[in-house]
Amino acid sequence: MKILTLVRQVPDAEARVKVSGDRVDLDGTTLVIDGMDEYGVEEALRLREGDGNVEEIVALAVGPKKVEDALRTALAMGVDRAIHIETDERFDAVSLSKIVAQVAQSEGTDLILLGGQEADWDSQALGAASAERLGWPQLTWTNELKVEGDTLSGRHDVDDGNEGFKVTLPAVITAQQGLNEPRYPTLPNIMKAKKKELRKDELGSYDVQPAVKYLGAEIQTRARLNRMIDGKDPQAAAEQLLDLLRNEAKVLA
Amino acid sequence: MILVVAEHAGGKLGKSTLEMVTAARESGREGPITLLVLGQGVADVATEAAAVADQVLVGDLPALAQYNPEVWAAAVAQIAREGEASTVLIGGSRSGREYAPRVAVKLDAPYLEDVIRLSAEGDVLQAQRYTFLARVTETVQASGPVIVATVKPGSFAPAAPAAAAGEQYDIELDLPTSRTEITGKSVEKSSRVALSEAEVIVTGGRGVGSPENFAQYVEGLADNIGAGVGATRAVVDAGWRPYAEQVGQTGKTVQPKAYIALGVSGAVQHLSGMGKSKNIIAINKDAEAPIFKVADYGIVGDVNQIVPALIAASKK
Repeated sequence: MKILTLVRQVPDAEARVKVSGDRVDLDGTTLVIDGMDEYGVEEALRLREGDGNVEEIVALAVGPKKVEDALRTALAMGVDRAIHIETDERFDAVSLSKIVAQVAQSEGTDLILLGGQEADWDSQALGAASAERLGWPQLTWTNELKVEGDTLSGRHDVDDGNEGFKVTLPAVITAQQGLNEPRYPTLPNIMKAKKKELRKDELGSYDVQPAVKYLGAEIQTRARLNRMIDGKDPQAAAEQLLDLLRNEAKVLA
Repeated sequence: MILVVAEHAGGKLGKSTLEMVTAARESGREGPITLLVLGQGVADVATEAAAVADQVLVGDLPALAQYNPEVWAAAVAQIAREGEASTVLIGGSRSGREYAPRVAVKLDAPYLEDVIRLSAEGDVLQAQRYTFLARVTETVQASGPVIVATVKPGSFAPAAPAAAAGEQYDIELDLPTSRTEITGKSVEKSSRVALSEAEVIVTGGRGVGSPENFAQYVEGLADNIGAGVGATRAVVDAGWRPYAEQVGQTGKTVQPKAYIALGVSGAVQHLSGMGKSKNIIAINKDAEAPIFKVADYGIVGDVNQIVPALIAASKK
């Protein structure tokens, strides 16, 4: 089995977000592998370490020059080689899936692993759109995965709970928290990763244009009342809060 | 036509469907509002849908008894194509956001995901959506003969019934066989009002102390004031509460009139799921907890002391 893992780079969750002009300004922000993609990379490694009969694991990133750092992290975690398609342009997920599908086909991929939701753009669409382009099934929000021959089984979350699934490869799986605990790259592996192949592909050779225009970004902070009630006397505090919720906010009968 | 795919559960039309109808009416896109009802035994849902739509297309088939992304995408794309839809609106639920990208690819259409506002000019559709854990609102735009969008629940007012009920039509669908076998399902049921429908939500975090305290204080208060029950990721991970109650980035997004957070610290991942609530009320003994920064009303104090008093006082 050949696995393609998709790697994105996002600001650390606790980082301050600022907007300059019409877009989010990431200058000076610490960027890390998108946490949910990291679960995908880790799961690929675990499938190989288990009985997954995994021939090769390739990491793919589409993005600016500094996405190389995220690919190096994936290589240091244990991925075999990486492909970087460098662009400063922002692609919507449905357009980007054209690139993913082309790479998956040319690499002879059987399984694509990626995060279920992007921590920066909040999209959940890349896995599903890539699966559709390839004509493959997809399982999203996966938190348990096993492989036996060419059959994957596991559990994933759905609207009203979760369900067990069984699917024959090829397939797209989106990962989430709970699937595994990603490993930290060790120093020897970081050194080894420097010698691994990090191929640069030209965006132009994929013939893809974004279909969505990004016109503006604004930080929305809603003014909150921030009315603090003294909690020293629980009885009085509870009564005061109820009074405010009933008569001022009018949210309780 | 504007094609709206109805969301329904338990034989009832979901509130999100009525919200999508409002989005369709306000969008300024061309054509009659058409609700597509997919499922098995959905006659009642279709009748409810007819009250708000110009027409209702009903795919009532055994093959649609269970939701499946490949099957749903094929059905929606087929109807969008046959009806020459200008816009396809799909619910921003977990399942909606799962199959909508497949519909967009099938139709070769741009996809606007999880939108909170929609406005059209000619064949251009402009939308707003949240990014960066709901800390940023961005404006996006797409154009084309057909555009697919998912609509974030709670962002539009539910539509009132139209002047006259729309006609209902049974449709024929050419459905693929799913390659995924579902080997078992566990449904997380709650006797309380669903989080997506609740006007008031009481949520407990680790600060509540134990599963027993959660039942006593969080559920106790919720039952007293007729609220839904939510939980933080930490509480769900600890096994105190089912996943269905989880609010936040990897759980549900909610926008109730009042969100009462008990022993919740307020990590950004949690705030992204509840930060748009109209009123936020926080009780936490840690005065530095980030939840207080977004609270309208806050009490610094012990949940174990304040909530029993709150439960007693709310009974009066």
